[in-house]
Amino acid sequence: MVITRDEVLSWLQAYIQVISKNMEYLTELDSAIGDADHGANMNRGFQAVLAKMPSMEDKDVGTILKTVGMTLLSTVGGAGGPLYGTFFIQAGTKLAGKMELTLADWAAAVEAATNGVINRGKASVGDKTMIDALTPAVEVLNEAVRLDLSVSEGLRKSAEAAENGMKSTIPLVARKGRASYLGERSAGHQDPGATSSFLLLDTAAKVWANNL
Amino acid sequence: MKKLINKPDEVVKEELQGIELAHADIVKVHYDPNYVVRVDAPVKGKVGLLSGGGSGHEPMHGGFVGMGMLDAACPGAVFTSPTPDQMLEATKAVDGGAGVLHIVKNYTGDIMNFEMAADLAKAEGIEVEAVVVDDDVAVKDSLYTAGRRGVGLTVLMEKLVGAAAEEGRSLKEVADLARKINSQGRSMGMALTSCTVPHAGKPTFDLPEDEMEIGIGIHGEPGRTRMKIKPADEVTEMLMTPIIEDLPFKSGDQVLLFVNGMGGTPLIELYIVYRKAVEIAEKHGLKVVRKLIGPYITSLEMAGASITMLKMDDDLIKLWDAPVKTAGMRWGV
Repeated sequence: MVITRDEVLSWLQAYIQVISKNMEYLTELDSAIGDADHGANMNRGFQAVLAKMPSMEDKDVGTILKTVGMTLLSTVGGAGGPLYGTFFIQAGTKLAGKMELTLADWAAAVEAATNGVINRGKASVGDKTMIDALTPAVEVLNEAVRLDLSVSEGLRKSAEAAENGMKSTIPLVARKGRASYLGERSAGHQDPGATSSFLLLDTAAKVWANNL
Repeated sequence: MKKLINKPDEVVKEELQGIELAHADIVKVHYDPNYVVRVDAPVKGKVGLLSGGGSGHEPMHGGFVGMGMLDAACPGAVFTSPTPDQMLEATKAVDGGAGVLHIVKNYTGDIMNFEMAADLAKAEGIEVEAVVVDDDVAVKDSLYTAGRRGVGLTVLMEKLVGAAAEEGRSLKEVADLARKINSQGRSMGMALTSCTVPHAGKPTFDLPEDEMEIGIGIHGEPGRTRMKIKPADEVTEMLMTPIIEDLPFKSGDQVLLFVNGMGGTPLIELYIVYRKAVEIAEKHGLKVVRKLIGPYITSLEMAGASITMLKMDDDLIKLWDAPVKTAGMRWGV
């Protein structure tokens, strides 16, 4: 069972829609513990990715994801830009030349991407950031590869792990980013970055698991 | 929330178009990537000075581009750090052969985007140094936060370092001066209202009519504590005390006292605050040798004020008094 290049494009197209639909929601989350720009920033970035789609259609997965990363880097801004830019650039580097992905390929890419985010942002699990959603998903993906689970199962379990990770940010006191200025007042709110990260992996599971 | 804009998506672009029409004698605007640059850039042999940040803080930073202050400024989306390609192009545009200094406010996004830009610029052979501004005493500087925010001191730093660069000081001297300024300035702010980001359509947080927020930043984010509103003199005390105690400022120190309006607070109120701030400063034996009063680092239409105090010496006084010609600050010309 493999994920084809065209399915990667479908995933990106679906996520662009998901971000557009969730723009207000992400903005609301970012108002509570931030400066209310996460929704608009992500939408601006992914609309720019949408504009680049035609030029990416015939490329390998690595090039596509690197192009997405560079586009996000130059359009999103804030902390999200460098972090999501790095995520996609690192994933793309890992998948250079590939036209189809096994579960092991995908796990390696998400792990490299997450490590890139950690290196740039220096967050750890528990800091109330996107890492709280990504790190558990990486662990589950690696476990799924070890247990030789199907691609669908691996994707679904990792999306669940990301969802739990996202929800786990609710009671946390933020230790990174703008939310950390609020101290105790950041507790009781779900982190916007963890939410957009969960949506990324959830969309992958929905799009790819359905096609397999 | 009523705003005098057209489409939220176009706010920054249209603002830049207005700026380039209004101040064509001082600046040029470059689009895609966006940056504001002084008309005579690059100035040969002079250290180039670059800063930037989210829009919504006007006149900072675009309004501080010109002789005696910044060589260029990169505007991001409202309250959003600009992107590395903006800083890279702007760095190239202001490189007069003596290196470029990046003044970076301590926010996660600003730090990361400027870092990436500096890496790219260095890879192209430009000498780049960066200085971080983190003067806000409202945030505890610990392993468990993103660190103190860069707020009011940024304005003072851009003026003082701008004058030093204009004098012809080297990149190392200018960077050392900037770090010295950062180490001896402190700020604290408060808000009577939140503000509304164009895209959000409603205020970032709700502040009841009879409450105020102490320890706010400049992006409409909530502060550290919320309490019932107090008279201006008590509020001024609540801002000045942590500033004085944190450095600490000592009896006999000469200071620059900066009372900043967050955008929605009128000058009439800033002068009330200034008068009390001077009284408090003098009660602590501080000598107010220079001042700045007005909306210089704002947060859209947020009502509120911040106070910055900087320890001065003869060199800093001379640099402060040096001529400056920008849209947002102008004297001696």
